[in-house]
Amino acid sequence: MNNRVALTGNEAVAQAMKQINPDVVAAYPITPQTEIVQFFSNFVNNGQVDTEFVAVESEHSAMSAAVGAASAGARTMTATSSQGLALMFEVVYIASAMRLPIVFPVANRALSGPINIHCDHSDAMGLTNSGVIQLFSENAQEAYDNMIQAVRIAEHPDVLLPVMVNLDGFITSHALDILEVLDDETVKNFVGIYNPEEFLLDVKNPISMGNLDMYDFYFEHRRQQVAAMEAAKKVIEDVGKEFEKVSGRPYGLIETYKLDDADMAVVLLNSAAGSAKGVVDELRAKGMKVGVLKPRAFRPFPFEEISTALKGVKAVAVLDRAETFSTLGGPMFADVRAALYDLKNDIKVINYVYGLGGRDLRLEDVEQVFNELDEIVKSGKTDKVVNYLGLRE
Amino acid sequence: MRKELEKYFRANRLPHIWCPGCGHGIITGALMRAIDNLKLDKKNICIVSGIGCSSRAPGYLDFYTLHTTHGRGLAFATGIKFAKPDLKVIVVTGDGDCTAIGGNHFIHACRRNIDITTIVFNNNIYGMTSGQYSPMTPKGAYATTAPYGNIDRNFDLCKLADAAGATYVARSTVYHVPQLIKLMEKAIDHKGFSMVEVADICPTYFGRKNKLGSPVKMMEVLRDSAISIKAAEKLSKEELVGKIITGEFHNEIAPEYTEEYEKTIEKAQGGC
Ligand SMILES: Cc1ncc(C[n+]2csc(CCOP(=O)(O)OP(=O)(O)O)c2C)c(N)n1
Ligand code: SF4
Repeated sequence: MNNRVALTGNEAVAQAMKQINPDVVAAYPITPQTEIVQFFSNFVNNGQVDTEFVAVESEHSAMSAAVGAASAGARTMTATSSQGLALMFEVVYIASAMRLPIVFPVANRALSGPINIHCDHSDAMGLTNSGVIQLFSENAQEAYDNMIQAVRIAEHPDVLLPVMVNLDGFITSHALDILEVLDDETVKNFVGIYNPEEFLLDVKNPISMGNLDMYDFYFEHRRQQVAAMEAAKKVIEDVGKEFEKVSGRPYGLIETYKLDDADMAVVLLNSAAGSAKGVVDELRAKGMKVGVLKPRAFRPFPFEEISTALKGVKAVAVLDRAETFSTLGGPMFADVRAALYDLKNDIKVINYVYGLGGRDLRLEDVEQVFNELDEIVKSGKTDKVVNYLGLRE
Repeated sequence: MRKELEKYFRANRLPHIWCPGCGHGIITGALMRAIDNLKLDKKNICIVSGIGCSSRAPGYLDFYTLHTTHGRGLAFATGIKFAKPDLKVIVVTGDGDCTAIGGNHFIHACRRNIDITTIVFNNNIYGMTSGQYSPMTPKGAYATTAPYGNIDRNFDLCKLADAAGATYVARSTVYHVPQLIKLMEKAIDHKGFSMVEVADICPTYFGRKNKLGSPVKMMEVLRDSAISIKAAEKLSKEELVGKIITGEFHNEIAPEYTEEYEKTIEKAQGGC
């Protein structure tokens, strides 16, 4: 039933979109995402999907058109990167507040300035507080799988939130990878038919959307979004289990690699997790007890799962491919450290910011991190909490 | 390149990224010749761009330059002009940059008549992101996003600029370089908002998608379809289809925005 193919990350995402066959896709080109919609528009052109494809004049319009289409009751997608996501910012908040299950891949790319087109996570990390669910993908396979699951997560009645599916720009988006694609029928059945409960084109039950909402109800509506995020944790896990049944590939909120008996762990997102797993294998062969934790969901943030997974380790390094300028390290560091706080044990947690603007994360860099963790475990002392990896200083 | 033009380029930034046969270099060269002919001091010129193949031009030019975000060159340039009204501010922009994502900035810069010169590299397509149609892609033309031909109607940018309030409006092509240089000189010399639209070629995307042949062929098309404003007046609407009307469409002196602003400040602070 399964089918092994060689596709780039962008092709894999476009392939998933084809099989999902959304009603509306509105998009604007930007490197390194452009190919996703380019490939997809070929499917539209060839009549392989029933989608209305809307080529708009900016990303602000792309997300606005997506909000319009989703409000009207359509299964809707868009896609972007970097500056495009930054320009969407205003409308992303509206999409989540209006509880519209828009699914949108983001091929992660550094934000300007300086102008740069290569991978880091500053685009996605700029929207961690926007009320969208954020899934991350290690490789083309996960990007493909996440897209398909994202539809079910977004549209779940307990959730109804947009889902951003992240994949590393160029590293994953443009590199050829071997993956298994499901057959069309399986995907079709898995995502099912979208039946929104309330939508604008339901002329028999007219509703109004996007209304003014002052101090009388705004707060309650925000709280409902939080409740939806809380509910999303279970939904992400349930959908992951169901997806395993059709694909054989398990998905949860986090993935752990050789963590059970580990003394030291690194926590990282997206493609870097693949590099770290390779280094872990090498170091394990030398007798070091090391492991990897890869959050798959970053919003909602899997606090319990992360603290449970890390409670046995002695030292952890969180690797962030984005800055916060808080002067206390990257965005994931803050959240992971908070997750571990309640354990009240003496796990040493340090941070490395790496790979900004596409700077390569070399295997030696990951090895260096484990060696430094090893020092910390041996000495019991942490010299520097926030560190920069692969940086010329 | 003539020796005396070398001083306008950042030699260490060359060679440029443009494809063989791209028209962007011709426009950039024409702009440098116009500046040279006007004998302007490099230090009094600031060149601003958005994002796109065309917007890479300032990176190669040895002036005060500012490379900004997609579509926003004019918004940044407005700030520069306000802070330093004595500077000559020139914006270089693509048809996508200027009329799609940045279209709003363009009409309002025209409307205010702020003293900025805008050079539009109109290759009728988004070059940098591989050939999507822009608001300047002719109706019926092909693009990666218009496999059956574009159904959108394209802007006539000169009419748009004129109607929006620009006080100097002209068009030329990358084939008609002497005319282009002259029009650029007049635009830069003009006080108020000036716009020169340049019919440009993108052999890599627009050319290939529309089967226009080699860059030389595309240049020949520009040569053969360009027609002066005077000659165009004598033609019917049908006869004008596919023609590129070139020349000066509008040249008027009207109150300039930063000067009007200064006057208002003086009035508010001085006269009670
Ligand atoms: C906010 C944002 N969206 C999208 C892009 C991607 N992008 C870069 S250049 C470009 C189009 C450029 O076309 P045009 O202005 O016509 O210039 P050309 O490349 O043809 O010279 C696009 C869509 C971007 N840089 N920023
Ligand atoms: S893609 Fe087109 S516009 Fe860009 S450099 Fe090549 S020919 Fe010029």
